Amino acid sequence: MLRYVIKRLIGIIPILFFVSIFIFLFVHLIPGDPARLVAGQDATLQDVEVVRQELGLNQPIHIQYFNFISGIFQGDVGSSIKTGRPVFDEIASRFMPTFWLTFWSMIWAVMVGLLIGVISATKRNKWQDYLGMFGAVSGISMPSFWMGLLLIQVFAVQLGWLPVGGLESWQSYILPSITLGSGVAAVVARFSRSSLMDILKDDYIRTGRAKGLNEHKVVWGHGLKNAMIPVVTMTGLQFGFLLGGSIVIETVFSWPGLGRLLIDSVAFRDYPVIQAEMLLFALEFILINLIVDLIYGFLNPQIRYD
Amino acid sequence: MTEKMLEITNLKTYFHGDDGVVKAVDGVTITVNKGETVGVVGESGCGKSVTSLSVMRLLHDTPGEIVDGSITFEGKSLLDLSEKEMRMIRGNEIAMIFQEPMTSLNPVYKIGKQLEEVIKLHLHYDKKEARNHAVNMLKLVGLPRAEDVVNEYPHQLSGGMRQRVMIAMAMACNPKLLIADEPTTALDVTIQAQILDLMRKLRDESERSIMLITHDLGVVAEMCDRVVVMYAGEVVEEADVLSIFENPKHPYTKGLLGSVPKLGQDLEKLDSIPGNVPTPANMPKGCKFAPRCEFAMDVCWKKDPSLLATNGNHTCRCWLYQDQEKILEV
Ligand SMILES: Nc1ncnc2c1ncn2[C@@H]1O[C@H](COP(=O)(O)OP(=O)(O)OP(=O)(O)O)[C@@H](O)[C@H]1O
Ligand SMILES: [Mg+2]
Repeated sequence: MLRYVIKRLIGIIPILFFVSIFIFLFVHLIPGDPARLVAGQDATLQDVEVVRQELGLNQPIHIQYFNFISGIFQGDVGSSIKTGRPVFDEIASRFMPTFWLTFWSMIWAVMVGLLIGVISATKRNKWQDYLGMFGAVSGISMPSFWMGLLLIQVFAVQLGWLPVGGLESWQSYILPSITLGSGVAAVVARFSRSSLMDILKDDYIRTGRAKGLNEHKVVWGHGLKNAMIPVVTMTGLQFGFLLGGSIVIETVFSWPGLGRLLIDSVAFRDYPVIQAEMLLFALEFILINLIVDLIYGFLNPQIRYD
Repeated sequence: MTEKMLEITNLKTYFHGDDGVVKAVDGVTITVNKGETVGVVGESGCGKSVTSLSVMRLLHDTPGEIVDGSITFEGKSLLDLSEKEMRMIRGNEIAMIFQEPMTSLNPVYKIGKQLEEVIKLHLHYDKKEARNHAVNMLKLVGLPRAEDVVNEYPHQLSGGMRQRVMIAMAMACNPKLLIADEPTTALDVTIQAQILDLMRKLRDESERSIMLITHDLGVVAEMCDRVVVMYAGEVVEEADVLSIFENPKHPYTKGLLGSVPKLGQDLEKLDSIPGNVPTPANMPKGCKFAPRCEFAMDVCWKKDPSLLATNGNHTCRCWLYQDQEKILEV
């Protein structure tokens, strides 16, 4: 098991290397000129050239890539073109708010989604099922900016219970994580419902009942662990996705996270920040995949690590 | 006076499908006395499994429903018990072994946990006692390395071993009635013989009643005291095992016996019954076996015969053995 994890972790290095090439090319293909943006609109062509030289953007692209990579190996991912601060600091200060927002959103979304999914599956075609699936369809189809604005309007503006935006205290997490998690909860609910419904037809479920177990033990004890296997993959993907920071939600709630950092830096053609951030997303996805695989093994003993 | 353990009377279990009602079990009456092994035989789809699931009231998550009849176990009417009372009986007083050993164990839990679960539930043993009992049960059913097997997962065991685990699980709380639904069908021939030996041993050691479902008459001959022959959701013949083999009455039973290969017989000459079990959509109006019966008379197409005693305890559902006057009436 430990050997497997180490092997997978070593395997990350070549993957990231290839990913970095794509990211680098992709970022430099964004139309626009950062030198022009730094120098300002009324700078002369010469000024722009000077800035370009300072930023190292006049060098051939493969040299720029080489500088970028060797920087990474020296633990230096460069500085932001826009603010001049080290890219590492820029990202680090934005990572935690996004991480915790994602984390809390996922926690409630998975719990609520599972609960709805299990209830819907066990009360198939009864009112609980219809209610649950109505909620799930609404959760999936409601645009998050609209839901966010609605929540702000009611709970922040009118009732004044919660902050309108920004990140000041734990209360600041409530509205954004409801908004962010509702889509996930809906997907988890639908996924776990259909997965559990299939599982409940399996022979070992009948065995459980034939033993005299009550429905609660049959469903939560014997059904759910099996039904979780596909749900975990989906949840992992969602988690990786949200860790990139939701641009819409961070904008609506003025959240100081990675999503807003990304649009800001794209708007400014802040190459080093964009590159580092995209590389971070790739790394997050790879790590979450690894964690998903490990949970898989925990859920399904037929999977062996070697 | 023989004591009755299980009495199924006029049981009707119907499935409500998209295209109408499937009368999987349509008026079945079976009695299992104390200490007796009753074989239930019949072709695939005749309602054997549905009958046994009805006794256990295990039709959850199926469109099936018991619409009529009664099931009495030790004088208690099972159909009148609450779900909670029924749970005290399942796995405890009536246990069941299923047709599908490969899929009847939960793939994500260890064997020990799955066995201990039923032991703790009904015998109220603590963890250690339950583990001991589980290991002993596995030894009883002849599993080698019982101490290791409790820590293994189902996929690490072969089909025969899994069926032994299922038997151990069924026997764990020393049930008064064991329902074995084709316990050997899914297994290799050699393993089949071993499992049957085991079941015979377990039967001989106690006064247990067994309802043994099978479509293998060889198994019946080896194991059973009495035989119930089912066809298309009905009982067509019932007798003690000797009478069935020596003096079968119903043309269907004769056909079944004809299709058992005997030693020295050429396999190609095997008498299989021509035709198929009628589908629910074109269920014959009269006797359900008439379309396949070489003795079918006019009356057979018009009216379903009733199950009547021919002599003593030998009953048969066939116009050939019913009163001539009744036939004339039709
Ligand atoms: N879950 C179900 N849903 C709908 N119909 C069912 C279901 N289970 C059984 N049936 C119907 O009940 C009939 C009897 O099935 P049953 O499983 O009792 O047959 P069987 O005698 O056990 O056959 P086999 O020897 O193949 O096990 C079948 O024809 C089938 O159409
Ligand atoms: Mg069956």
